[in-house]
Amino acid sequence: MIECKNITKTYKSGEVEIHALKNLSFKINDGEFVAIIGPSGSGKSTLMYILGCLDTPSSGEYIFAGKNVSKLSDDELAEFRKNKIGFVFQMFNLLPRTTVLRNVMLPLIYAGVSPQKREEKAKNALTVSAFPQEFWHHFSNQLSGGMQQRVAIARALVNDPQLILADEPTGNLDSKTGDIVINTLVDLNRKGHTLVIVTHELYIAKYAKRIIALKDGEIIEDATVEKSKSLKIIKE
Amino acid sequence: MLITDLLQETSTALLSNKARSGLTILGIIIGIGSVIGMISIGQGTAGSIEANIQSMGSNLITIMPGFQRSFSQVSAGRGTAQSLTMDDVKAIEEEIANVKAVAPQLSRRYQVVSKGKNTNTQIMGTTPAYLSVRNLKIDEGSFITEQQVTSFAKVAVLGPTTRDDLFGENSNPVGQTIRISGINFKIIGVTQPKGGTAFASEDDMIFIPITTAQKFLAGADYVSTISVEAESPQVITDVQTEITNLLLQRHHIADSSMADFNVLSQQDILKAATSMTNTMTIFLAAIAGISLLVGGIGIMNMMLTTVTERIREIGLRKAIGAKKKDISMQFLAEAVMLTFLGGAAGVVLGWVLSILISRFAGIATSVSLTMILLAFGISAAIGIIFGYYPARRAASLNPIEALRYE
Repeated sequence: MIECKNITKTYKSGEVEIHALKNLSFKINDGEFVAIIGPSGSGKSTLMYILGCLDTPSSGEYIFAGKNVSKLSDDELAEFRKNKIGFVFQMFNLLPRTTVLRNVMLPLIYAGVSPQKREEKAKNALTVSAFPQEFWHHFSNQLSGGMQQRVAIARALVNDPQLILADEPTGNLDSKTGDIVINTLVDLNRKGHTLVIVTHELYIAKYAKRIIALKDGEIIEDATVEKSKSLKIIKE
Repeated sequence: MLITDLLQETSTALLSNKARSGLTILGIIIGIGSVIGMISIGQGTAGSIEANIQSMGSNLITIMPGFQRSFSQVSAGRGTAQSLTMDDVKAIEEEIANVKAVAPQLSRRYQVVSKGKNTNTQIMGTTPAYLSVRNLKIDEGSFITEQQVTSFAKVAVLGPTTRDDLFGENSNPVGQTIRISGINFKIIGVTQPKGGTAFASEDDMIFIPITTAQKFLAGADYVSTISVEAESPQVITDVQTEITNLLLQRHHIADSSMADFNVLSQQDILKAATSMTNTMTIFLAAIAGISLLVGGIGIMNMMLTTVTERIREIGLRKAIGAKKKDISMQFLAEAVMLTFLGGAAGVVLGWVLSILISRFAGIATSVSLTMILLAFGISAAIGIIFGYYPARRAASLNPIEALRYE
């Protein structure tokens, strides 16, 4: 379970202070599927980085699995990310000229898992993300975008994280492959993974169960998909 | 992160751009190779000069005349004094302990004529002790005897080069006659070739009894050099001091800085030669070191480019839990692997270079294990020094900015 208490994030750009996040508070329970939506500049990326422990809030508390992570140092945050959070990025961010299997095993290298166990876990993760076995030993840069993103999903869940964060996971894909990827994510949530998607594409947000809509650094709506008005209002 | 992971990551990264890695390694290869090659020349030269000096005779002490001092304060130059006499030689022989042999020498160049040929060479008047003192061996016939010295015999022993010049190569001139400065000498022997020393070739010389040289050639009874062989290397310094004191006393000189002679041991000469070759080695190594430095800068250049190219990868690694140390280790390992490969190939290159130099340029070279270990150490150090800054830069990247980097 994660909880945000009065989170603010302020950047200084020269003389001007930019308030990216203003006093956000919400909870996400285990097993939820949340879509954070909002137009560019709404602060959704900033929020994702804080949820993903890549950044810390300027003030307020961020409680992750009972631990306050808002005041941790860079290396402590890295330690935290290592076992508890899986990332899926818009640009896939796979290592080129490296096999699919090795890409998926990468987080396990830093987590200190033994080489034998790594392969077993990576194969499991690839199976869960429905990645076809015949491509396991292909180089990642030889795959299509949709395939690459599924490798990235397998990599995100190989450590059995408590939270999977996806930042515009379909942003670089056409709608058909985007559907495959989003269905893979829905499937993961069905299997019990907590999922947070950050997106500005409303049709993607519809797959989630809960919508948190941001505008100018403030939550303008926090509701289930069925009750959400934002899905109808927000336009790019 | 395990060592094997680090190695695998590193080799994947280096192999992904073979041309660039190869060229960067080449810089180190040339650097290490030239350092090894240059030092091998320095060490080889030092070794051959040392062997040369040793071959002049073991435990050798040389006494040479100093300045000719006169009342007019005009110095005629070092070595011009005719202050050493046969009496000094006898005194050294009799009064100083731990002396194995003493050989007085009186040498000067004269025109020498044989049947139809002539040459100008060093005529060395000496005694039988010369053989032992100077490590000289007889090839044919015999050397000057004690009896020939006392009887002012007009006999000569030729060096092999002089023999070749006067009688043709490898002939046996024993029994024949030569004319030195118009006086007939009978040849009684030829010495074995010894090779040129750094100072004078004993192969191109004619040895005659010192008494004969004094009486018939120089017309004076001084000696130009006294060679003394000490009993062992340990007593050389003592013998040197004793000789100095004895001669000062005999020449009635109270102030040792005004001495009209110089007493040099082989170690003094060796020391001077060693300091000379050391300077040369350092000079050569410094020049080669510059190319190593340039190679190191090449490493840094490549690593900085790599870090910039792989910013997003660094961001990803950080996002999935790599700590600062993991990232900096990875890039440092890449730099060290580059220099290490370059170092290994450089050692081979340097070795080949030293073999080629000694074969084709005739300069003595020597490659030692210490040098190779040193070269490896230096190349690893270069990797760490020049890889440190790029690695630190990679490690300190902000993961968010790195992930967003276009």
